[in-house]
Amino acid sequence: MIKTGVLAVQGAFARHASALEACGADVRIVKYREDLEDLDALILPGGESTTMTRLFGFRIDYEDLYRFAQSRPVFGTCAGLILLGHGAHDPRVRQFSLLDADITRNAYGSQKESFVEDISLSFDPDTPFHAVFIRAPRIDRPGAELRILASSGGHPVLVESQLYLGATFHPELTEDRRIHRYFIQKIKEIKNGKKQSA
Amino acid sequence: MKKGTFEVKVGLAEMLKGGVIMDVTNVEQAKIAEDAGAVSVMALERIPADIRAHGGIARMSNPEMILKIREAVSIPVMAKCRIGHFAEAQILQEIGVDFIDESEVLTPADEENHIWKKDFRVPFVCGCRNLGEALRRIGEGAAMIRTKGEPGTGDIVEAVRHMRMVMGEIRRLANLDRAELMAAAKNLGAPFELVEWVAQNGKLPVPNFAAGGIATPADASLMMQLGAESVFVGSGIFKSDDPQQRAEAIVKAVTHYQDPAVLAEVSKGLKDAMSGLAAATLPEEEKMAKRGW
Repeated sequence: MIKTGVLAVQGAFARHASALEACGADVRIVKYREDLEDLDALILPGGESTTMTRLFGFRIDYEDLYRFAQSRPVFGTCAGLILLGHGAHDPRVRQFSLLDADITRNAYGSQKESFVEDISLSFDPDTPFHAVFIRAPRIDRPGAELRILASSGGHPVLVESQLYLGATFHPELTEDRRIHRYFIQKIKEIKNGKKQSA
Repeated sequence: MKKGTFEVKVGLAEMLKGGVIMDVTNVEQAKIAEDAGAVSVMALERIPADIRAHGGIARMSNPEMILKIREAVSIPVMAKCRIGHFAEAQILQEIGVDFIDESEVLTPADEENHIWKKDFRVPFVCGCRNLGEALRRIGEGAAMIRTKGEPGTGDIVEAVRHMRMVMGEIRRLANLDRAELMAAAKNLGAPFELVEWVAQNGKLPVPNFAAGGIATPADASLMMQLGAESVFVGSGIFKSDDPQQRAEAIVKAVTHYQDPAVLAEVSKGLKDAMSGLAAATLPEEEKMAKRGW
């Protein structure tokens, strides 16, 4: 059984938890450092990256999450992707720099520029994925090691490295579970040591 | 690509869950709020307690002050328009406000009709005292609902009343037979399709936040435990003797609303909360919650 945590200091964590449960995963809400114990993987949800940064150091530290994420799969969506990547150049946000991508926060403008778009997933290209972008970040310079699993408007929107998965949109807000299932598959492969390289 | 769909509007409300939205009147307060961990700020010229004290007509804030606040923070910025004043809402959308609060805190512009919010690309939040009022606003296109409470008082009693009313009515609907739903819709004064949705799903179709009278970390926890998914704090922070410390404490109290040890820890050492006004002593005509229907 795969046990996946969802960081729950703020944001859309409940939607991620139900998406994982719908895929048959064992889910734990993570608010305290002890909650990370014996988890196989973690989701960093959408929300406000400044708020999450502010809450690090209270009941769960940046360092706890960083240590956990160094050796286990992590999926970051929107604000969670910002935390996972680098390049925000903003003291209000403390990034892990684990996913090799320069991320620009809130790159499309105010909420009236938020949008939905049907995108194509490289691992299942025939059925479009209805992607919801909310004050979304943009991946500006993806590292050479990254695999691009989906793009929109000339920018990658779903990327993967050996351990990590990152989306600038919100797969937890729709009922299509393909991306959560893909993450669970990745966790299983890593846990079983089958996945040697990205 | 489509913008301004209902899904996109509710999406932002989803991202604000488990957070605190703080009223701010200038750039300095906005920075304090963001630094304390607010998920959003509500930019307005006068906080509700001062609107009460000041009297006169309370209108949409000057776009210039809203824009200055927007420049200063990276979190979403909300602003209020008067109930029914769609021209104020058009201006707020034009300048790029992230969420509009069609608010009873301002003097209503229309005593019959609320704004037809489906005409807008920007999402709206509206206040309610009960489920019927919540569903009428959602029927007009609101993407987030909050309790009205009694703004500017620092008295939690009305917010509790409104949240208990909404949650109780949802629980009752969930137990009704299908044949009873039309009568329920009639009694609630709410669109049948939304009544049916609530009966089937046991919750509102949009996020449900608390507002109106929250002044302490314990107030925030109380509202979350009663079913709120986030809290708005209006006068409670910047009318207290220790805005920064109180703002941080309320943020932590919302994340850990079920943990009394955290609540005790963050409540220690706070200075005086806003002195406040007992909502029960307000003359009927001064109650803001009665504005709108």
